[in-house]
This record gives sequence, C-alpha cells and structure tokens, in this order.
Amino acid sequence: MTTHTLSVLVENKPGVLAHVAALFSRRAFNITSLSVGPTTDPKVSRMTIVVDGASTPVDQVHKQLEKLIRVLKVTELAEDEAIERELALIKVRVNPELRAELVDLAASYRANVVDLGSDTIVLEAVCSPGRLDALLALLEQHGTCELVRTGLIAISRGDGTITDDSLELAMASA
Amino acid sequence: MEVTGAQALVRSLECQGVDIMFGLPGGAILPAYDPIRSSSLRHILVRHEQGAGHAAEGYAWATGRVGVCMATSGPGATNLVTALADAYMDSVPIVAITGQVPTAMIGTDAFQESDITGITGPITKHNELVTDAARIPAAIAEAFHIASTGRPGPVLVDLPKDILQAQTTWSWPPTMDLPGYKIPGAPDKSLIEQAASLIREAKRPVLYVGGGVIKSDSSAALRELAEHTQAPVTTTLMARGAFPDSHPLALGMPGMHGTYAAVMALQECDLIVALGARFDDRVTGKLAAFAPKAKIVHADIDPAEIGKNRKPDIAIVGNLAETLPAFATVMRAEIDANGPVDTAEWVALTDGWKRSYPLRYNQDADGPLKPQHVVERLSALTGGDAIIVAGVGQHQMHASQHYSFTKPRSWINSGGAGTMGFAVPAAMGAQIGRPGELVVAIDGDGCFQMTAQELATCAIEGLPIKVLIFNNGFLGMVRQWQELFYDERYSEVHLGTAIPDYVKLAEAYGCVGLRCEHQGDVDGVLEKALSISDVPTVVDFRTHDAEGVFPMVPAGRSNDDLVLGPEFSAAEQQAATRKEVIAK
Repeated sequence: MTTHTLSVLVENKPGVLAHVAALFSRRAFNITSLSVGPTTDPKVSRMTIVVDGASTPVDQVHKQLEKLIRVLKVTELAEDEAIERELALIKVRVNPELRAELVDLAASYRANVVDLGSDTIVLEAVCSPGRLDALLALLEQHGTCELVRTGLIAISRGDGTITDDSLELAMASA
Repeated sequence: MEVTGAQALVRSLECQGVDIMFGLPGGAILPAYDPIRSSSLRHILVRHEQGAGHAAEGYAWATGRVGVCMATSGPGATNLVTALADAYMDSVPIVAITGQVPTAMIGTDAFQESDITGITGPITKHNELVTDAARIPAAIAEAFHIASTGRPGPVLVDLPKDILQAQTTWSWPPTMDLPGYKIPGAPDKSLIEQAASLIREAKRPVLYVGGGVIKSDSSAALRELAEHTQAPVTTTLMARGAFPDSHPLALGMPGMHGTYAAVMALQECDLIVALGARFDDRVTGKLAAFAPKAKIVHADIDPAEIGKNRKPDIAIVGNLAETLPAFATVMRAEIDANGPVDTAEWVALTDGWKRSYPLRYNQDADGPLKPQHVVERLSALTGGDAIIVAGVGQHQMHASQHYSFTKPRSWINSGGAGTMGFAVPAAMGAQIGRPGELVVAIDGDGCFQMTAQELATCAIEGLPIKVLIFNNGFLGMVRQWQELFYDERYSEVHLGTAIPDYVKLAEAYGCVGLRCEHQGDVDGVLEKALSISDVPTVVDFRTHDAEGVFPMVPAGRSNDDLVLGPEFSAAEQQAATRKEVIAK
C-alpha cells in the first residue's frame, strides 16, 4: 500500500474536525488514520492524516485541505525524512505454558506489560508502522483479544520544523 | 456603545455595504428582524427560503457583489441548502445568515433545531456557529471577505437566539482572524511568458473560457488576448457573454450540448488555453478522450483545480483580473517582437465547421412552436441588451445556444448543480440588483412549478421580470434521455400542458399572463411582454413536446461521438465525424 503522511496544522476552534471530516466525505477520499492533538501553541492543533495513495489522489487531498479556512498549513512528510510512530494497547490471551515466550516477544519489540489479568495481559507498544504490524502478526498466534491503536503520528527528522516559514507569517499578520 | 447581538448583526451588514437582503423570519431569528425595521437595509420578504437563496445568487451573478439571504433555524435553514449547494458549485458569492436555537439548547433536539453548520459543511466555502455576541461583527466581516475573495463561494453564519439577544459592545471595523485563509497572489509572469511561447508555437490554439472570466470582470482583457493570439474562443455555460457571440473568433458553447465547431475545435486543437474553467465532465465528455492532441495552459484562481481533471503543461495560479491583462500585454509584446500569430488556416477550418454544422432546427409556419425560435426572436428583439436567466433542462440549453450574448453578466443560470427552479427567484435577485434593466427568465414548465411562488414577491415588490415558460408538458430533458437511451419508454415525465393554467396563475399572482401557441404570434407576444415595466409578466409558450436539444454528446462518451441531431442527414453526420475530419 502506498501511504502518504500529511501533517496538518489547524486552528484550535470548534468545528474544525467536522470541516476536515466533511471534506474527506465530500471528496470520497480514503484515509487510513487520523490523529489530533494540541501543539506548543494553544491556538493550534496538529492532525496527522495517513492517506491511501492507491485509491485517493494525495495532491488533491493536500490542495483541498489547504482551502479549508481553519487549516493553517499542510505538509507531506516523506517516509525516509520522518519519524513515524504509533501507540497500540493490545490485550492478549495467555497460555501459562507460553507466558515466558510472550514476555520475551514483547521485550524484543520493546513493548511493556501494563496490566496482568488471570488469563490475559495488556501490552503497550510504541512502534513504527511496519514494526507494529509485525508484532501484531506474532501476537496473533497467542490470541489477541482486543486491540486499540492511536493512528500514526509523525515528525520530520533534522533541525527543520513545520512552523519554519509561512505559518508564522500568517499568524503574525492576522 | 452597548447593543444587542441582533443590533450588532444589522449594523455589521450596514457597515459591510449591504443594501438588499432576501429572507423570511421565524422563531430563532426573530431578534434580528426587530432592528431591521429601523435600519437602512431593504429586506425582501420571500415566500420560501430557497427563493431567498437563489435571489441572493441572482443578485450576485448580476452585480458581482455579495448576495445576502436570511432564514430561521431548522427548516428555514435547511430550505437554504439547495441554494447554498448551487452557489458552491458555481462559485457564487453569497452570505447566508441563519437563526439557531439558544446555545444551552443546542444538541437537545429542541424545536426547530438543526445542525446547519454540519449539514452545510460540504457545500459552503466556510461556515461558523457564533457563540459569543462580541464576535458577531468579525464573523460577518470574515463571511463577506471569504465569500467575495479568491474563488468566490457561499458562507453561512449561524446565530443562536440567545447570542442575538445578548448585550455586547459595538465597534467597527472588527479585526478579522483568518490566519489560514490563503488568497493566491499575483500570477507568475515567467509562466505567462512560457504560455505565450506555447501559443506562438501552436498551429491550432483554442481559448477555453470559463466562469472565472465573468467573475473576475476580465472580458475586455480576454478580447485583447483573443485578438492578439487569433485563437478561436469557446465560452462554457458559465461563461456565456464573456466574449461576444458575434465576434468572428467566437465558436459558442463547448460540451455535451455545445456547437459542433466548439466541440470539434477542442478535440482537434494542439493547444488549449483554459481561463477560469475547470474541465467539467459536461465539457470534456469522456475525459481520457478529450482533446487528445492538445497541450494545456491552465490559468485559474484555485490551485486545487490545477490537475484535478486534466494535467496542464503550464499552470498559472492567480486571479484572472491580474492574469488576463498581463497575458494580453505579454502577447502584445510577443507580437511586436516576432510579428503577428498566423492561425489563418486553423480559423478557416473552424469557420468551415460553423458554416457546415450550425445549430439547426426546423420551424414550420403552421407547425408546432419551436423553443429555439422563441429564443432567437427574443435575441433579435432585445439585441442582446437583456439579462437572461434560465433554470435547468432543455430550455436552458436552447437559451444558451440560441441567444446571441454580447456582454458579461447578461446570462445567469445554474450550471454545476443543475438546480431546477433556479430561474424565477434568481431573476428576482437580478432585477433588484439591476433595476431598470430588462430581466428575462427563460424557464421550463417543470422548473417553473418548483419556485413559482416568488412571483408574489416580484409582484408586491414591483419587479417587472419577464418569465417565458417553454411549456411542453414534459420534464423535457429527462424525456429526451428516455427517448434516446431507454428506448422511448417514458417513465414519470409527463406533466401536461393545461394544469396549471399559467395565464390564470400569473393573474392570480398579480402578474400579466400571456399565451402564445403559434409561430406567427411570437413577435407580437414578446413585444407586448417586453413593453410591460410595472408588474411581472408570465408568457405560456406552448412549445413542441418532442423537440430535443442537439448537438449532443451522449453521457460518458467521447466528444468524438457528437450527434448532430435529426435536422442533419446521415451523410452530413458521417462527414462530420472526427475520423473524417482528420482524414481531410
């Protein structure tokens, strides 16, 4: 799958998520994940949107997002120039005989055991997307009974920041 | 100075320069209607909120200014939805103001509550639910700014009743807070120069002119550019009037019901210069087969239109109000340096197409009345000096094809959305925006019955619009498709010509009602209708029920498959196919 990761800075105002969601629906864009959270500036939120490039014209997603009034800036993060992470909480059924093997497996993926039940354990894993999929495939053999993922977040490598250029100018003139 | 939110709203509209608005009051918007009484605003009380929305659109089309409509919460607001969707598709600058239930009741399924910002998100350029009375002036100023700048479009401002009733401190002008709103800057001159060299190299250039030329009021620069480049000009449904139909380089409308010359010129050209156009499916036909040999220069204000449907060789993003004069100047300099552009052979070819395959119909002296004949007579009697408004369907296509447009903002219709019922309320808005000018709605009997109630508004407000109903007793365009593509199996398209009696209906609404059934009476009836200047006039033209709109490119097919229609012989149709054209 050819996924593209868009970092989108938006005004932290009511209705912004609805406008973004309405755009994706209106234009029949397929998204793989969307995560939203605050930034260092309380007036600005950051969305990370992963788009399936095979079914959706990424250039159009980018340009149409730019047209939304509450969207401040859209940046596509190339895979090799970005650090991409996703947090997953995974509840796995535990066969007592395989408990040690499971804990070793978790450790090799730097997943923490965050809860222990009588028949299950909950793992917390923070991985790059491919690595998380690999862990999940291995855990499947033990019996994953519940999974929750945050969706991808990403940040560029190196010294540059998303707020480097036009955004600050736009905010200053407003 | 302390004012209520409602007073702040009305003052903001006044400060924004609004003098006309269209609306209909109700519970949640009631506080706003009180200060309107003592304001400078002229409020036109419509009979249905959809009429207010289309009237605001007609006003905006006719004047280039922002149209304003107002409605209450719930059904009042949802009745605006069709007009907002229409304005969004056709980039018409309107501001809609809606009442909302009090903030404390939002989300409780209160009486006449609807999530109008949620509903209209995908069909507005922007919308906002205002939750603080102090923000009203800024929200209004931002709405007008967003609606009228960049690519224009509709903006909705939703105002809860308690916010309208709350006290706030008045000040103007407000500070706009739009850090994410981007308006394209000046066009890149080097790209214009590159485009000029493409024109110089081209043997067969065509200007593909869209609605952006009308909206940017750049028709004069377009004409200069066309004359410098000597390129034939096609004007889309949104751009009729941007270039005079009588000009030797004019090919008329392209697309599904375009002229043969316009369609074939785009198919056969080696360069398309697209100006404020968006490669809409009704223009391109099957996209993969559209203009297969053409390089593309695409100038538009909206970066998202660049490459959306057809990838350009050169993209010039910017306002055509700047791009077109710059383009004309660059082209002038190019000619001064390198001599005139020679397109004589190409223009001779397109001229030949115009002569061989004109828009053709057959009006017998005692045969059924043809809609095309009525349009041609209207065109002759008005000399192009009228504002023509159309609904959607066969009458719209006949009007666009057969009226000879001479100037911009003289053609108003629903293009992208295809909204039946557009004409009567849009004509009302146009007449208010341009009082003293002749406003003629050409409408179908199906369309007319969707919004005819606004005749009451027109009569009471003394708006002398003319409504020419092409009454063929059918949903004619649907009938035509059933004839052609469903083996003449007519399903739910027959309306009948007799009910309602349009003459009596007109009279009941305080309008003059006329009827015309024969070709010989057309001029007399039109002259009478055009002479009435105090009340609206409705003419019931009983037109031929089996008349189709031609030429026609069947939906989803290549423009190469243009059908000339029944007035052309099989031999003519054969000779007109693109294969034959290429062979020659």
